[in-house]
Amino acid sequence: MQTTNSYAIEVENLVRRFGDVEALSNVSLRIRKGEFFSLLGPSGCGKTTLLRIIGGLDIPDEGVVRIGGVDAREIAAHRRPVNTVFQSYALFPHLSVRDNIAFGLRMKKVAKPEIERRVRKVMELVEIVPLADRKPAQLSGGQKQRVALARAVVNEPQVLLLDEPLGALDLKLRKQLQVELLNLQRRLGITFVYVTHDQEEALVMSDRIAVMRAGKIEQMDEAEALYEHPRTRYVSQFLGSCNILDATVKQRGTAGALVDTPVGGLRVEYGSNPPEAVWNDSFTLAIRPEKVTLCAPGESGGENRLKVIVEQLLYVGSETHYILRAGPQTLSAQAMNVKVGSQGFDIGQEAAAFLPAAGLLVLDD
Amino acid sequence: MVNERKGEVQFGEQLTYRGHCVRSALTSGPGILWVSIFLLVPLVSIAVISFLSRGTYGEIQRPFTVENFVRFMGFGFFGYDPLYPQIVLRSLVLGAGTAILCVIGGLPLAFFIAAMPARYKNLALTLVLIPFWTNLLIRTYAWQILLAPENPLARLLAWLHLAAPGEPLYPSAFAIYIGMICDYLPFLVMPLYASVEKIDWSIAEAAMDLGADGWRVFWHAVLPQVVPGLVAGVILVFIPAMGQFVIPDLLGGAKTVMLGNAIQQQFGPSRDWPFGSAITLLAMALVMIGLYLYARSAGEKGGDIL
Repeated sequence: MQTTNSYAIEVENLVRRFGDVEALSNVSLRIRKGEFFSLLGPSGCGKTTLLRIIGGLDIPDEGVVRIGGVDAREIAAHRRPVNTVFQSYALFPHLSVRDNIAFGLRMKKVAKPEIERRVRKVMELVEIVPLADRKPAQLSGGQKQRVALARAVVNEPQVLLLDEPLGALDLKLRKQLQVELLNLQRRLGITFVYVTHDQEEALVMSDRIAVMRAGKIEQMDEAEALYEHPRTRYVSQFLGSCNILDATVKQRGTAGALVDTPVGGLRVEYGSNPPEAVWNDSFTLAIRPEKVTLCAPGESGGENRLKVIVEQLLYVGSETHYILRAGPQTLSAQAMNVKVGSQGFDIGQEAAAFLPAAGLLVLDD
Repeated sequence: MVNERKGEVQFGEQLTYRGHCVRSALTSGPGILWVSIFLLVPLVSIAVISFLSRGTYGEIQRPFTVENFVRFMGFGFFGYDPLYPQIVLRSLVLGAGTAILCVIGGLPLAFFIAAMPARYKNLALTLVLIPFWTNLLIRTYAWQILLAPENPLARLLAWLHLAAPGEPLYPSAFAIYIGMICDYLPFLVMPLYASVEKIDWSIAEAAMDLGADGWRVFWHAVLPQVVPGLVAGVILVFIPAMGQFVIPDLLGGAKTVMLGNAIQQQFGPSRDWPFGSAITLLAMALVMIGLYLYARSAGEKGGDIL
């Protein structure tokens, strides 16, 4: 019981089939109380299905969901201590903003003055007091978003489920609302389960992220750990981007190895908690573009320093993205433009790329 | 430069005032003409005639008078007799009753059809429409046969002790309403179905998520979305049902006078066009006021409709 109570949501061996397709196959996860938890994946990976099952809008074929330690099968959808912010907002078109927000409390037969007080408070919280008497059709996308959020939060749920809540908004508004959502979550202390396909959004906002793929959880970890130590090609590519190298072990040590790759010999450090794959004779290496450092051509030949030619160069203001030709393969590299004036590399120029041993990650597949 | 290709209609074209007039006349003229000839002229004639008097041989003549309206209200030669107000009331009840029964039957039907697999939907809608394609008289006489005492329906009801054995089920109010529903259900189901098809079910899910159980989900999140279709359907049923007199005559035994009979009587056998016009005008006014009040109260639930 002690362990159960520290989790807001526990999902065990969840399976959901739609015809022949398994939308969820054997998914298990635990979400801690007060956590900002993200389900990240491309469309069709099952993340929304998982959210709907937690919210009681869909029923799993197999498996158990526990909300606050209670088996969710025993709680009807309309009695669950969770509320959802829908992707399409799903505001009641015939009700004013105020009545939309009050809906949940009215359904629970909360006393009128209490409803009024709480609706007022939450409208102040998300800054929509002047919109109280408008109908949803008279609101902009961002305003609807706030109303949808207020309508869910006013019920003071144990868990708030958010299904791509910022998906329909433009970039600037999205960034602004990301920060607001984060602040709101910290202030209310409600557990957030956040579905998104935007990897940056997931990284910015989440305490922990589960990366989903074809109905399974591919990897689940804290945001930083997930980015710094992806375990599979899929995660490494979906969350940011990665250079992938096929490596054959030449000489093995306890904390690292010397390997042969198409771009030349490299030294790899396993780091703590290395994956099983390091004991294979060959494995896949990944390195983030920003971990690759460009240096003057004279420095090539040292450890993990490769001779490369700058093939393409994208100047994006604060940083520059390079495509580097290294033997049969290309590598991408990113560098902050810290120097004033030219960064010193041009297309067609020869350079040395430094791939730090600790930045080379061994993947499981 | 702009008007190089004269006579062609272009966007942003500069038209002279005369050009504007010609174009307006050509585009909206036919419509206005149509409405004038077939709607405005008869309406104005009726309005004018209703204030005139009947001659000895049924001719329409002066003086102008409000006597027709007074007579309609029930003040005649022999003191007060609420014959016509009763007729109006009877027709209103028939119209409203038909509309209510059609809503009770049509709501589940529209949802049922909308929930069907796509390939059966058109078939189901066609079945709903078939009575509408059948001639009114044939359909109504067919009901006389179906409701006859020796046929299964009457026997079933007798067996259930809902009717006396050997009794015909018509003429009766029951028979009238069966005939009416059969006639007017398509008018309610079609617009309602169109609304049901467009329902945003995520709103129903939102209601459930916010703690509404089955009935309250329907009441708060589903019904408001179909109100426009429901209002359109009710209007389409109520107005013609109120003027209906063939079905009440054939299935109700021709014992009572409906608004339709009354008007037909005045324009036909009685040859009292001014009084017939007065009845028509008042009935129309009544319907208009009723619909306005109905649409306004329904509009509060489902947003703007009219």
